[in-house]
Amino acid sequence: MKPRILEVRTKILKKNDEIARALRDRFADLGVYVINVVSSPGAGKTELLTRVMKVLSERGLTVAAVVGDLATENDAERLAESGCKAKQILTGTMCHLEADMVEQAIEEFDLESVDLLFIENVGNLVCPQGFDLGEDLRMLLFPSTEGEDKPLKYPTLINTCDLVALSKMDLAGPVEFDTQTARANCESARPGVPIVETSARTGEGIQKLADLLAAQIENKNSKRAQYL
Amino acid sequence: MHELSIAISLIDLAMEAVQDAGLEGPVQVVRVRVGALSGVVAEALDFAWETAAEGTICEGARLEIEQVPGRVRCEACKSETQLDDPPTFACGNCGRPTAEIIAGKEMDLMALELEDRAETYGTQE
Repeated sequence: MKPRILEVRTKILKKNDEIARALRDRFADLGVYVINVVSSPGAGKTELLTRVMKVLSERGLTVAAVVGDLATENDAERLAESGCKAKQILTGTMCHLEADMVEQAIEEFDLESVDLLFIENVGNLVCPQGFDLGEDLRMLLFPSTEGEDKPLKYPTLINTCDLVALSKMDLAGPVEFDTQTARANCESARPGVPIVETSARTGEGIQKLADLLAAQIENKNSKRAQYL
Repeated sequence: MHELSIAISLIDLAMEAVQDAGLEGPVQVVRVRVGALSGVVAEALDFAWETAAEGTICEGARLEIEQVPGRVRCEACKSETQLDDPPTFACGNCGRPTAEIIAGKEMDLMALELEDRAETYGTQE
């Protein structure tokens, strides 16, 4: 018996892409700038974000965050220490965030008043890659403690990132982190990617990172103003 | 192991496609195309597939994975070259860093093969 062939030709993550597109449209309508933050577990995402959120809200921006973890509300509580709204997403066994989880998590936010939304992804350097969350910018954290060759080991995720923050730079000395090589390795995974050196502990680079993000938000808003 | 999520999405899509075509299962073969830069490991997807397909119209179906290598276009020397695996994002011809990816991000469901039960479905077009 000859088989019957059904041509489909569709993206496997079509559903996620559709939800992400709807989110992106909604964020654009409401003037919310969205950043998807990815890294390995323990890279210091929550600590750095708490610092940056505090700085940006002191500059008059309304910042909010959602954070994905398999278990515990700890990270949302830590992010809330910045004075901003933060909501935990519990993923159970899931190693990455998907667009529908974000959609659900932001339900209780008054998005109209939000200027900037951080989405702190589950710590993982592989799985978050293909899952669009409707973000404007994808930021990678790469800590000095992981060694300068990390970007060479996980090139495909880094290739999708628009900004790299080297984190825990206060420990670069003790762990003999070769910053120049690390920068070159980021470049080889994502040619031309902007790189900022930061330390949540000493405050190094926090203002610079805040400047960079504020400029991106400004840029999106002025485009939006032209469009309206 | 995000491949399990991907396998579940695949089955949802397959069910939708079969239904839209007015057909019924079981599906015998599922053909997908997966790029080297998609973040999907073919072996992991294959492994997740069997579990995800259990109890669905795809149960027992063979997953055929066509792997697409990554390719970049070089702005400087205008050549198109294939990336190594794992990739370094540089032109294979002149060695300059290249950011323009032209292939390798694919993650597509291409086609399904079903048993042809013409007598049940009526005449085939």
